[in-house]
Amino acid sequence: MKGYIHSIESFGAVDGPGIRFVVFLQGCPLRCVYCHNPDTWEVGKGTKTDADQLIEQFMKNESFYSKGGITVTGGEPLLQIDFVTELFMKAKEKGIHTCVDTSGITFNPEDTRKYDLLIKYVDLVLLDVKHIDGEKHKAIAGADNNNILAFAKYLEKKNIPVWIRHVVIKGITDKKEDLYELGKFVGGLKNVRAIEVLPYHSMGETKYETLGIPYPLKGTKLLTDEEYQNARKYITEGYKNEHKISRF
Amino acid sequence: MKYNFEQWHGFKNGTWSTEISVRSFIKHNYTPYDGDESFLEKSTQNTVDLWDKVLDLFEQERKNGGVLDMDTKVVSTITSHAPAYLDKTKETIVGFQTDKPLKRALMPYGGIRMAEKACADNGYTIDPEVKEFFSTHRKTHNAGVFDAYTPEMRACRSSHIITGLPDAYGRGRIIGDYRRVALYGVDRLIEDKEEQKITTRSAMYYDVIRIREELSEQIRALESLKEMALSYGFDISKPAKDTKEAIQWLYFAYLAAVKEQNGAAMSLGRTSTFLDIYSKRDLENGVYTEAEIQEMVDHFIMKLRMIKFARTPEYNQLFSGDPQWVTESIGGIAIDGRHMVTKMSYRYLHTLINLGPAPEPNLTVLWSTRLPENFKRYCAKISIETSSVQYENDDLMRFTHGDDYAIACCVSSMRLGKEMQFFGARANLAKCLLYAINGGVDEMSGKQVGPKYRPVTSEYLDYDEVIEKYDNMMEWLAGVYVNTLNIIHYMHDKYCYEKIQMALHDKNVVRWFATGIAGLSVVADSLSAIKYAKVKAIRNEQGVVVDYEVEGDFPKYGNDDDRVDTIAYDIVHKFMEHIRKNHTYRESIPTTSILTITSNVVYGKYTGATPDGRKKGEAFAPGANPMHNRDTKGAVASLSSVSKLPFRDAQDGISNTFSIVPSALGKDDRILVGDLIIDFDCANGSCATPTLFDDLDANDE
Repeated sequence: MKGYIHSIESFGAVDGPGIRFVVFLQGCPLRCVYCHNPDTWEVGKGTKTDADQLIEQFMKNESFYSKGGITVTGGEPLLQIDFVTELFMKAKEKGIHTCVDTSGITFNPEDTRKYDLLIKYVDLVLLDVKHIDGEKHKAIAGADNNNILAFAKYLEKKNIPVWIRHVVIKGITDKKEDLYELGKFVGGLKNVRAIEVLPYHSMGETKYETLGIPYPLKGTKLLTDEEYQNARKYITEGYKNEHKISRF
Repeated sequence: MKYNFEQWHGFKNGTWSTEISVRSFIKHNYTPYDGDESFLEKSTQNTVDLWDKVLDLFEQERKNGGVLDMDTKVVSTITSHAPAYLDKTKETIVGFQTDKPLKRALMPYGGIRMAEKACADNGYTIDPEVKEFFSTHRKTHNAGVFDAYTPEMRACRSSHIITGLPDAYGRGRIIGDYRRVALYGVDRLIEDKEEQKITTRSAMYYDVIRIREELSEQIRALESLKEMALSYGFDISKPAKDTKEAIQWLYFAYLAAVKEQNGAAMSLGRTSTFLDIYSKRDLENGVYTEAEIQEMVDHFIMKLRMIKFARTPEYNQLFSGDPQWVTESIGGIAIDGRHMVTKMSYRYLHTLINLGPAPEPNLTVLWSTRLPENFKRYCAKISIETSSVQYENDDLMRFTHGDDYAIACCVSSMRLGKEMQFFGARANLAKCLLYAINGGVDEMSGKQVGPKYRPVTSEYLDYDEVIEKYDNMMEWLAGVYVNTLNIIHYMHDKYCYEKIQMALHDKNVVRWFATGIAGLSVVADSLSAIKYAKVKAIRNEQGVVVDYEVEGDFPKYGNDDDRVDTIAYDIVHKFMEHIRKNHTYRESIPTTSILTITSNVVYGKYTGATPDGRKKGEAFAPGANPMHNRDTKGAVASLSSVSKLPFRDAQDGISNTFSIVPSALGKDDRILVGDLIIDFDCANGSCATPTLFDDLDANDE
């Protein structure tokens, strides 16, 4: 089957372990204020591409990816969950490491059939938790985080390895209590292997200009190194606290 | 005859004991090192003091507009200058090119005008007697070349369809096997050369006469080398007895070469594993400590950083800077399967920490997937900290050049002491395409430079027509190009012979005839545009096509797209086939390179608009790179396009340079859960090292 592809990065080194073939899927239901890929938002655009075609491109250069694999990101890749499932099924037939970078927003705890199928072929989930607080999540992403947190719990139940990603933005997601709470939530999950604390950068701004969309974070200051280190510290503290309770 | 020098005590015998064969010596005596860098020593106080002096001299040089001092009177030879020192009491390795550190030598044998201009452009005036002598009484390489050039060659040269030719300066690219001096001492090498002279054929054909004359020159150069070393207080007639002498003997040999030749690229070779044999013996026998050995290496590298030549601004423009290409090759895998990393490999790289980062000497790691993990990690670490390490593919080059080759300049590989290269700059294949379209008329000057073939007359370019015309024009270009180089290398051998470097070679050397290609990605994209889009030719009043309009999109080289990558492959292959049809000077073997790492800007400047949409004068992409911003799928796709090019046609090297922001290669943003449990105080970022990362991978399996 065909998926809507925004673009390919043949040398991805930051979206999962090793060097990765990164597929950017088109379309996203969220409108996160700090999104650096606004060009992937619109649904139904992009280049229609076969899963086989992507696998073929990957296999041509597989020697580069011996310690990496395929990552699908976006946009929100799981808007096209059937396509991702097929792509990953075919990847696993070839022994390729698979990774999906998702917000989890499309997850529905009432009906997990498609997810049950998908996770058979997923080696790693990069789960973006925008904000631990539901209300604040809605303010920055346009939807609350109930499904996202439910998805995290679901992955724990299924024992799928997860890296949690969290973007820290000055004045928006850098509050000590929130970061501590996020750490606590992550500390309660048994399947998390790493937490990526990503300082907000403004490199997406030019894309907004090109697309003629007003940039929501115009003028937002970048984190200082000290503020960034503090953010890590708060998350770690929350994690350790909760982890001790749940483990020991 | 078997030699048994006392200096060889403790070495295992082999072919090398009876014949001149450094490779055999290394093979029988080196010890691969699998450990990590923890044995390395910091710089000594003497090193710090000396390096401060050097930095001060560099600063003075910079303030002086790029040159500290120039010799305008004494023509440089191996023995022309009295010894010079930085601080005699502190230097463990000594020797400078002239009688003062950083003073640039006068080397007119390549061409008196270039030597004169190099002085003049830097505010110095060459001694009138020297000028008169080299204009009237002693012919130079440059004068010889221009006596023989045809009008067509001159036209090609001025229109820049062939550019950067070594017809007015030293060709360089030859690497003497400087290790021979340390291992055997000069007397044994002279004895060997005398024997070679005795065993030439007896009928005096031109080739026999030439080799006999050259061998005599080589012997004289070796005598001069001894004399020069003696002026510094060292008798190098016998082999070096320890690490310090081995480095010093080797450096004297290299120094003799850079006193004699101002070559475009004067590489050092592959010396670290050779020297490790000495340092290992000395450490075992308690002759030197690790700190003392590192100090010698630091001082040696410091000297190499101070190698300078007198050059003109145009030369520096062509090569983007003031480079010497003192390339040293490190590591690699031996034919017997062992890796060739030794402690000395670490010590060389460690100079980048002890002395700080520097582009020279050009430390080049011969990379193989089979290098020891510790060394790979160390290389990565040094690269991250200093950005001063070059890597090349040993797995690819070992196949043709064995395990004792080194890199000349940036990528030209040759067996040490057994192979040499005739450096041949580049043919501009993008301009050649424009000549094909315009029937040999230069698009910039409007002059008829190439043959008057029938030009393309249609408004829209037809792929089959252009390809056919292009093939014919490439055939013509290959002919002029090879014949131009034949003249150049004939004259260089005659008037500017590399005496000491060739003295450190075998008698029968393999010669590579190194041609080069510029503008490959421009041609590939242009032909792709003609084939897959519509390209309209815009003609000026004289009917010369001077611009192009591209309608529609087309596959671009650099995206792992076979539709255009095969075009690039065909161009390289066809051009080499045309090159091979020509006679090459001194039975040299033709090869080519695609690696205009710096001069791509200059080549582009002299080339009109091309059918890929590139504007007139716009820079070419460097080497075999895709054109800027046309590769949209990331580095693997770009590298994949480049790796499809036929290496057997372009054995002299294919380059794809790209830079990447460090954060795109990995970040410190990740807190690994393993660390949170083991070490609760790990949130400072320093724990997200690749080691732990690999552990995480293992957990994921």
